Amino acid sequence: MSVITQDIVQPGPATRTRGYWAGVLRRLVRDPVSVACAIVLLLIVLAAILAPWLGLHDPYQGSMIRRLRPIGTPGYPLGTDELGRDMLSRLVYGGRLTLYIGLLPVGLAFLIGTSLGIIAGYVGGLVNQAIMRTIDVFYAFPSVLLAVAISGALGAGIFNSLLSLTIVFIPPIVRVAESVTTSVRSLDFVDAARASGAGQLTIMRVHVLGNVLGPIFVYATSLISVCMILAAGLSFLGLGTKPPEPEWGLMLNTLRTAIYINPWVAALPGVMIFVVSICFNLLSDGLRSAMDVRS
Amino acid sequence: MNPIVEISDLHVRFKGERTVHALNGVDIALAQGEVLGLLGESGSGKSVTLRALLRMLPPRRTDLKGSIRVEGRDVMTLDEDALERMRGGTVSMIFQEPMLALDPVYTIGDQIAESVVKHEGVSFAAGRQRALEMLETVRIPSPRRRLDAYPHEMSGGMRQRAMIELALACKPKVLLADEPTTALDATVQIQILLLLRELQREFGMAVIFVTHDIGVAVEISDRIAVMYAGRIVESGTLRDVVKHPSHPYTRGLLASTLHGAHRGTRLQAIPGAPPRLDQAPVGCSFSPRCSQVSSACAVETIPLSDIGNDHRVRCVLAERVLQAG
Repeated sequence: MSVITQDIVQPGPATRTRGYWAGVLRRLVRDPVSVACAIVLLLIVLAAILAPWLGLHDPYQGSMIRRLRPIGTPGYPLGTDELGRDMLSRLVYGGRLTLYIGLLPVGLAFLIGTSLGIIAGYVGGLVNQAIMRTIDVFYAFPSVLLAVAISGALGAGIFNSLLSLTIVFIPPIVRVAESVTTSVRSLDFVDAARASGAGQLTIMRVHVLGNVLGPIFVYATSLISVCMILAAGLSFLGLGTKPPEPEWGLMLNTLRTAIYINPWVAALPGVMIFVVSICFNLLSDGLRSAMDVRS
Repeated sequence: MNPIVEISDLHVRFKGERTVHALNGVDIALAQGEVLGLLGESGSGKSVTLRALLRMLPPRRTDLKGSIRVEGRDVMTLDEDALERMRGGTVSMIFQEPMLALDPVYTIGDQIAESVVKHEGVSFAAGRQRALEMLETVRIPSPRRRLDAYPHEMSGGMRQRAMIELALACKPKVLLADEPTTALDATVQIQILLLLRELQREFGMAVIFVTHDIGVAVEISDRIAVMYAGRIVESGTLRDVVKHPSHPYTRGLLASTLHGAHRGTRLQAIPGAPPRLDQAPVGCSFSPRCSQVSSACAVETIPLSDIGNDHRVRCVLAERVLQAG
């Protein structure tokens, strides 16, 4: 019913171009779970960006006399860590690094992987073989092992862990991009576009990209949570960020020793990782259904 | 009068795991403003002929021999740029299944506008304006709203109209129709046929209309060419071919339709199955299924013989049939 009333209320003018993404956004906003996740993520991201202006304690400033205070201590709402640093401040500042290493590798892998996958899928033949077999080599290793191995070989550091995570996430994205492209390429509308005079580049840019970007994008968003967990894992192993830098994985590691003394404070970084990754996952689910114009 | 499309002795052979001799010497001459119904069963080479005409067969797996001329220009020697200008500009094509032939993630208006922009170099807004005019031409109700509709939001008949619109947007001189009504139900089918006929007259287009349904071919064609196993076995004006079918295969096709069948009698079927095309056929391909087969059929390639009024038949019995009929 709502569809009919909407049609009557808004008879669009001829020049109106209702964008594809505007439609996706409209459908996404109707889904309460996606909206809730988006709000949570937005708050965390905003807090991380605005951290210096929030009037928090210095995240590096420790104190021997107020170590491992429990949650709810006046002045330290989330307690303090094993060196007496304010947990709230460290979690907010930690969000900066954690989100950075969680999002950037997936973003880079999305760009590189999509290009490679579309080329492999669209050109086919030897090019496809060359790209896909190289990707298969990377596939032979479990992603955690690969990330640890590359980071270990290159040495600890933020740049190296970014690099290793990017390399880890390229192969699955290439796989998805290639398989979606192959199925799109054989569809009639690609033939129809050729029959109406579209060149190879136009077909690849407009028709192939337009149809494959959605599924790949959704898949990539679901990788963000995996990437964050892997990044945290690298830091936990001492391969990513180094102390005293606040980063959730690293904090989890250093607070490990305090788990019997003050378990709730020790669990906080883990809770943050959990909340952020599940929000990204649910949001990508919402995005998947919102992007399916056929439903 | 110079034909706008002239195909002569076209051979298409697909290589790969299995060799397929898809076309074995096809000749077609199509005059400006003429509708040719290309009739034949599945695998007889109808669609391959259309795709060869647009040079849309995969180049690495296809052997193409013979000559194809559109407006006097040799299509076989055109480079990719010239081919792109020809496709959709001079020669356009509509497909069997409009749901699959329209891109699901773009609106109808945007898809048409894009083709217009490509061929006429106008702005996108002008392209959309043309799309709107065309939607009116193909009689889609409330065209302004349909411009912003996605293919899945339209009914089958409306999608096929949109497909036709997309093909005609740049005013082509030749329209290739690859079974455009097969996927539609009967009432919509006749509407689309009438629309095509009307647009063809309005635009003065030449049309090659591929179908396996002789009833549809009769509805729209000026001339009919019957294909079998990659060859044209009979061609002529609609009247000649339907009234005096001279190839045993054509007669079989006509006998196997409901038109003119009597209640209580069984429909006649053609016995046997079409030949495998992994070897180039020698002699008449239809001879194994033919009731009037003789030793002369298997000897060599049988030429198309004119039995009057440009009615051509590829059969050793052609002369005799003419006298008897």
